[in-house]
Amino acid sequence: MIISIASGKGGTGKTTVATNLARAVDGEVRFLDCDVEEPNAHLFLNPTITETYEISIDIPVVDGSRCTRCGLCAELCQFKAIAVLPEAVLTFPELCHSCGGCFEVCTENAINRGKRTIGVIEKGQLNGIRFRHGRLRIGEAMVPPLIAAVKSCKQFAGLTIIDAPPGTSCPVITSMRGTDFVLLVSEPTPFGLHDLKLALEAVRFLGIPCGLIINRADLGTGDTAAYAKRENIPILMEIPFDRRIAKAYSRGKLIVEAFPEWVEKFKALPAVIDRIASGRFPGSEGERE
Amino acid sequence: MKLAITSRGTNLDAAVDKRFGRAPHVLIVNPDTLEYDVLDNSENLNAFKGAGINTAVMVSGCGVGVLITGYCGPNAFRTLEAAKIKVSNDARGTVRETIKEYTAGRCRYLDDANVDGHW
Repeated sequence: MIISIASGKGGTGKTTVATNLARAVDGEVRFLDCDVEEPNAHLFLNPTITETYEISIDIPVVDGSRCTRCGLCAELCQFKAIAVLPEAVLTFPELCHSCGGCFEVCTENAINRGKRTIGVIEKGQLNGIRFRHGRLRIGEAMVPPLIAAVKSCKQFAGLTIIDAPPGTSCPVITSMRGTDFVLLVSEPTPFGLHDLKLALEAVRFLGIPCGLIINRADLGTGDTAAYAKRENIPILMEIPFDRRIAKAYSRGKLIVEAFPEWVEKFKALPAVIDRIASGRFPGSEGERE
Repeated sequence: MKLAITSRGTNLDAAVDKRFGRAPHVLIVNPDTLEYDVLDNSENLNAFKGAGINTAVMVSGCGVGVLITGYCGPNAFRTLEAAKIKVSNDARGTVRETIKEYTAGRCRYLDDANVDGHW
């Protein structure tokens, strides 16, 4: 089973939930930190990184001697990564989204494939958890291909946990797509609720079953819980706004390490999620159909 | 040699627009006769990406030797440079006033972009 953890709003506790879940569950776990712009799960899981490799994307390199300045490539490119001038063709590699269209439309075979490194993937291990994350190259703007590379690994029989970036844009969609379940983490504040609604829209667009964890649950109002009820989103856990939890977090400690009573709560999640994902839980998408 | 001047309007008495890629119009002017053509830049004005590059490509097809604008980013500058168009950031007042300054030889040229990308 693959569970992705998303939130809309940043700082609601995605990584807290993801890392505690990874540490608490029995059996083999694969952890993919897809927040490649600022990965932080490793700070809590402390894996030993054993392998690092670069990820690059294809960019156009124009062979001026073959190019006839016909302009087909520049016309196709939606990101203006190629400019055809009367006497020269310029490429802007940092604007290229690597769609590959220019290679296809060129009738003169004048566009060769060059590479732009977008970041690295680091792989590691720690007692039973296979860990992977991406680190985007500083200055790089193309996030989804690196996330796709973090996610592209072999079939795995155990539980895969994907820590998604905040927001609802392409990086988040790339992280959630193809997962069996989205665990939304929110906080009961107006901002948390506002962004939860956006995140839920994205999840529904992808058609993935989901559930909610409310973090700092005793803050704010009951609006988030009421919204979840209205939208038929099961609330799977509530984590209190507890100074002791914040303190442990600030030292890089997991809740399940500092407070063993939480182990069972996190351990119980995959079974509940599995029931919802397979449509055997009240309020799940499967049941409504 | 013709001049390109970024403009808010479509005649010589229109105010210049100091933005390059996001200017609504570009006037292509013959400084000796004051004859001019108007390029509509609305497509680039609203472009999601690459407004400067696209405007530069458009201007490069007009036989222009000098562009007078206010702000030019790195991608636009690179494109204009490749098209052998000199760039000045001395656009002030109206298009007519800017032409006058140019004809009086008071135009200074940039050696590089004078604002960052996505400025």
